[in-house]
Amino acid sequence: MKAPEKLVSAATFEELAMPLFDQLYNFARWLTQDTAEAEDLVQETYTKALRGFSSFQAGTNFRAWMYRILRNSFLSSRTGLKTMVAIDEEGEENLVPAESTTPESILIEQADRAMVQRALAELPVPSREILLLCEVEEMSYQEIAETLVIPIGTVMSRLFRARKGLRDLLRKQVEGGRDGV
Amino acid sequence: MGCEQWRGKLDAYVDGELDLAEARVLAEHVRTCSACAADALGRVQMKRAVQVAGKRYTASTELRDRISKSLTPKPRRRVWHWQILAAPALVLLIISVATNFYMGREGARRQRVYSELADLHVAALASAAPVDVISTDRHTVKPWFQGKIPFTFNLPELQGSEFTLLGGRVTYFAQTPGAHLIYQVRKHEISVFIFQDRAFEDHGEAAASLPSGTEHALSFNMENWTQDGLRYFVVGDVGAGDIQALSKLLQDAR
Repeated sequence: MKAPEKLVSAATFEELAMPLFDQLYNFARWLTQDTAEAEDLVQETYTKALRGFSSFQAGTNFRAWMYRILRNSFLSSRTGLKTMVAIDEEGEENLVPAESTTPESILIEQADRAMVQRALAELPVPSREILLLCEVEEMSYQEIAETLVIPIGTVMSRLFRARKGLRDLLRKQVEGGRDGV
Repeated sequence: MGCEQWRGKLDAYVDGELDLAEARVLAEHVRTCSACAADALGRVQMKRAVQVAGKRYTASTELRDRISKSLTPKPRRRVWHWQILAAPALVLLIISVATNFYMGREGARRQRVYSELADLHVAALASAAPVDVISTDRHTVKPWFQGKIPFTFNLPELQGSEFTLLGGRVTYFAQTPGAHLIYQVRKHEISVFIFQDRAFEDHGEAAASLPSGTEHALSFNMENWTQDGLRYFVVGDVGAGDIQALSKLLQDAR
């Protein structure tokens, strides 16, 4: 009776996992910054997830589980090992934003989509990934915590740092562009 | 609460992570504080900008197909397997159902024949006159049946065997007259029934399809076979060895 069970779980897995395909690929592509690597990463994610699907606990967050597999696969890849070396947790002390010379609304008005994309790509991976999970995937802090396997407090501090980093990069582009004119 | 403290919560506010009560108070503050309102608006715009910019990459359909295929056990193969397995399975099922049905009916009808013969055997022994022709001599017993049953048969020479012929009587089984002989071995009585095999067939009686062989039913051992158009049944409470020995003698009788 093993085989039919396996068929059923494969069917269920496909139903759950394939709707996440586009998002997972986008996320993988952002992490790896390379098409071929992203494809391999997504393929690897699905293979691992299918293999480990029996260990997935029904009722827990499937999306977070998939992203966690993808991210762990990325971290153990050569590119991942290189990019994540520089993670250092600053704790939660910097939750109050620093004064900025350009108000965010003005900054955003002047930054086009390409600029934001460039800034995102320049961000260190821990900041890039948490911004993507929060803004693009619209995950809750709880889901992000599950995906990255970090406490919610760390989610908040890392998110804060990521936003600050993004603003700084954008400001550099906007103000640098302005200087260049 | 001052603006500085509120600003620390603006991220959580725009992320929808503040609890309801706190969010309501903060919303109230933002409505009256233009600085905080501008800050909140900027954060919302930034969120939106990242959301738009972040949705950047689209996977190739090849990748999607490849992965999708790797997840689904190939449907064609599955159907193929199913058919390959199903055809013999169906045949097996039909055979087993038919066999069970047949065996069931066979078993039941065989059981019926055996119990009826066992009844005849027991009834004869219980009767005050088990046999109508009392003789140990086969040359007396065999002619006695002439004119009483529509066939004749050979009885074995028992000299040198453990068996003794006690006698015989006419019996009926499924409206068919036959010979009922009673033998003795070590104080045990054994019945030998001889019927016309054709008579069974004519009557469409179950016994016609009885396979030859030894059976153990109702604590009686029984042997049956067909020989020269006659059907023999040997029934007794002795061991199968004795039943078979007597059967052998009957089969070899000339």
